[in-house]
Amino acid sequence: MDTVLKVRELAVDFKTDIGLTHALVDVGFDMPRGKVTAIVGESGSGKSVTANCIMRLVQPPGRIVGGRIDFAPESMDPFEIVSLGKRDPRLQELRGGLISMVFQEPMTALSPVYTVGNQVAEAILCHRKVGRRQAWKEAAEMLERVGIGDIDRRIKMYPFEFSGGMRQRVVIAMALVCHPEVLICDEPTTALDVTVQAEILTLIRNLQQELNNSVLFITHDIGVVAQLADQVVVMYQGRVLEIGTVRQVLKDPMHPYTKGLLAAIPGLAPKGQPLATIASVVGDTDIARPYPLVTLGDGRQVSLPREQVPGAIV
Amino acid sequence: MRSYLISRVLGMIPTLAIISVIIFVVIQLPPGDIVTSTLDRLQAQGVDPTEEYVQNLRAQYNLDKPLVQQYFYWAGNLLTGDMGYSHLYSRPVNELLWERLGYTLSITVSALLFMWIVALPLGIYSAIRQYSIGDYIMTSIALVGVATPPFMVALIFMHVGFEWFGVSTGGLFSPEYEDAPWSWGRVVDLLSHIWLPMIIVGLGSAAFTMRILRANLLDELNKPYVVTARAKGVGPAKLILKYPVRIAVNPFISTIGFMLPALISGEAIVSLVMGLPTIGPLLLQALLNQDMFLAGSLLMWLAILTVVGILLSDILLAWLDPRIRYE
Amino acid sequence: MSDVALNPVAETPASREESATISPRRLIWIRFRRHRLAYASGIFLLLMYIVTGFCEFVSPYGTTTRNDDAINAPPMRVHFFDAEGNFHLRPFVYAYHMEVNEDTWMREYSEDTSRRFPIRFFARGEPYAMWNVFDMDRHLFTTDEGGYIHLFGTDQLGRDMFSRVFYGGRISMSIGLVGVVLTLVLGILLGGIAGYLGGIADRVVNKVIEVLTSLPGLPLWMALSAALPAHWSPILVYFGISIILSLFGWTGLARQVRGRFLSLREEEFVMAARLIGADTPRVITKHMLPSFSSHIIATATLAVPGMILGETALSFLGIGLRPPVVSWGVLLFQAQNPLVIELTPWQMLPGLFVVLVVMAFNLFGDGLRDAADPYSTAAVK
Repeated sequence: MDTVLKVRELAVDFKTDIGLTHALVDVGFDMPRGKVTAIVGESGSGKSVTANCIMRLVQPPGRIVGGRIDFAPESMDPFEIVSLGKRDPRLQELRGGLISMVFQEPMTALSPVYTVGNQVAEAILCHRKVGRRQAWKEAAEMLERVGIGDIDRRIKMYPFEFSGGMRQRVVIAMALVCHPEVLICDEPTTALDVTVQAEILTLIRNLQQELNNSVLFITHDIGVVAQLADQVVVMYQGRVLEIGTVRQVLKDPMHPYTKGLLAAIPGLAPKGQPLATIASVVGDTDIARPYPLVTLGDGRQVSLPREQVPGAIV
Repeated sequence: MRSYLISRVLGMIPTLAIISVIIFVVIQLPPGDIVTSTLDRLQAQGVDPTEEYVQNLRAQYNLDKPLVQQYFYWAGNLLTGDMGYSHLYSRPVNELLWERLGYTLSITVSALLFMWIVALPLGIYSAIRQYSIGDYIMTSIALVGVATPPFMVALIFMHVGFEWFGVSTGGLFSPEYEDAPWSWGRVVDLLSHIWLPMIIVGLGSAAFTMRILRANLLDELNKPYVVTARAKGVGPAKLILKYPVRIAVNPFISTIGFMLPALISGEAIVSLVMGLPTIGPLLLQALLNQDMFLAGSLLMWLAILTVVGILLSDILLAWLDPRIRYE
Repeated sequence: MSDVALNPVAETPASREESATISPRRLIWIRFRRHRLAYASGIFLLLMYIVTGFCEFVSPYGTTTRNDDAINAPPMRVHFFDAEGNFHLRPFVYAYHMEVNEDTWMREYSEDTSRRFPIRFFARGEPYAMWNVFDMDRHLFTTDEGGYIHLFGTDQLGRDMFSRVFYGGRISMSIGLVGVVLTLVLGILLGGIAGYLGGIADRVVNKVIEVLTSLPGLPLWMALSAALPAHWSPILVYFGISIILSLFGWTGLARQVRGRFLSLREEEFVMAARLIGADTPRVITKHMLPSFSSHIIATATLAVPGMILGETALSFLGIGLRPPVVSWGVLLFQAQNPLVIELTPWQMLPGLFVVLVVMAFNLFGDGLRDAADPYSTAAVK
């Protein structure tokens, strides 16, 4: 399998008022090239932190304390992300050039004091040696491509004059304008209205098929995963519980947590019965014992004791 | 933008009207008035004024009218630029005021510029290098700066200037230019003297605004839009200046609005200590001698200066921040 | 399907569980303790209030006691070793030796090593009336009859600066508190009315705030305190000044209260309280005020230094408190002339105390505010 990103043993700590919190512990997964990989998990499971690690956006009080992320872009020699120096030119190229990101909160992801065009064009100017005029032209094209009409007028408008859905389109345009090889979407629809959510999801899927890039899609919504993803990574409390294809994980979940997650989806539960709840929530007890991921014959991985996993490869 | 401008300028009118009422009330508060103090003076000289003379005097100052009417006389005269007559200095208030307003204005405005030039780079540095040695040094100096009353700064500076540099630091002019007519030499002489009051008046405000800017910037540094910009690949220096600083500077601009009253207050007291020919000392004399025409006009002009300053800072802010412009 | 029992796997740090059980008040306290400077400032302020509260006992002399042997005398040094190098367990000071300089006609002081004044602790000394009520004569420290001690030197009338600084501190530091209480009342009342009622009330209060904040404070304070009748008793002047200071100081607090009320009005828990039939006073006092009371306290703390500086400035100009009342500003009034710093720099000591106390209040208030802000990251280091 052609892998674009390989995450191994990633660990992140957060220093807070009341002590050290391990936000990520031994996180590892592969991202196949040209496919959509989804990370699913509830709040606080470390989905966003994982994404921020790939972009090297973890800020104090958080810190990457271990692990590696191997990146194999098509346009450059492969390199490792975690060990990149702060002044390494590859870091600047990575951010926005090779990998770009769409954030959860379109309302605050854009600076209110610059026009939309300015902020989208800036992404081009950061990575390519083109004139301002050319950058604005390409920005306008990309904005049209994500579905913003009346572009001559809109490009000169400020973000606060846009609705949430429109702003998210702008953020997507900004992320895609440099044609990155990997697009990370960090819950891009969570803050939006339901109808707008569907539009944005369709847009992301269509663009992925058009541009044929690799997408890391972070969500807590299993429904979205089913629609969009090729591969699923289930996370819980800073670790990976289960990895597999969408079909494998959704049809035949192995980990009890994944089973619980699926049982809690309104559409899948049997009619006429109360919806299942997941007994364990963040902060639950007796989670001291982590199990390393066990690989099965069909390629899926699950974090359970080896003896509980039939068909595990020894 | 235009409608914003118009509404702001129009909004100034009621503000100034209310301020004039407040000032009128304040100058009416002290027991006695200009007539009683004139009579006191006459009696001290052994003159016993006739009842008719007193009546005339009261009528001359409209003191025989009801208070509300007196206010309108006073405000009306202010509007026409006639600010009455100072019996303390035996000169029209206009003359006294114009002599000194310029100095007050130049010290205040230069202190404002000084405040910005110092606070802006230091505040940014302090925020992006939070908890570095430089940050600790600067925040400590700022802390002391905020806590030290301007008059103490003035005393210390004058002492240091005298002790270490052997220069007398009072006044705005060297003796030879003190009463000279305006000339190029006098301007240069003024400039060579004004920097000290400028620093003294501006120091506390600079420390204060530096702290504000630092706090604002620290708030902005981790905002989502900064993360977005970083994720987009904007270089570190440009990232800081274009994104969080640009936003953190906005409240900084509006500090003119509330630092200006503080600067004018500081200027008044520093001028008293340093013996500068500005409005502050004149106001103190007027208040101590119950020369209420003079005091009222001075207060009114200081208030006008502040209100206009705030207006200018609001306009600047609207020009810089589209969110305000589009409201 | 029923609840899915989980065999939980992920490791969670123990600290997460703790955070779930910490009460907000306790969290504020933990955050505050973490601000070491703010914490230290709080202790310093507490000490200052205790010391100035008992200044009659702490000071060896009253504010008007004159020592004719020490006019403009410099601070004394406390010794354990005498001129012969002998160690004394009881610390002592030397008497002043005064000589008039033939050239400058200035008094010049040196230590007269032939006369030692041992320092007596908790000993009887100058009688005083504690808080003007209890007649007492014990002092924290003093000397035997016939001796004298001036740790901060004396002024031009031979009055002990140490005593005057702490007597002055009582006035200056308490005027800040009295002023802030008035500020709080005005700020919460007017800010609350504006924020809760909205509409016309809001616009009126807002205009008043706008007008007051655009007035240069000191000149107006000057005008107002010049208007205080000269025949008023010191206590009336004291309250007059604190009213004047708070008359312009309430705007900041009112603005904050208004802002909080405006945003809280829309919150669900306020709506919920109203729906279950709570009346307006109850909604305000039980639901709205508690949710930002810690913030108000922090803001009020930050307003104290402005009051202290205001009093100091007014008294320094000679239009605030007047002698025989002693405040830091009144003491500094004597130091108006740069020559004073030149010749008797110890007369600037009250200024040092002003700076220290104002700094401590700023740090303390900042720490409180950061600790009270649930979203603050400043405490994280």
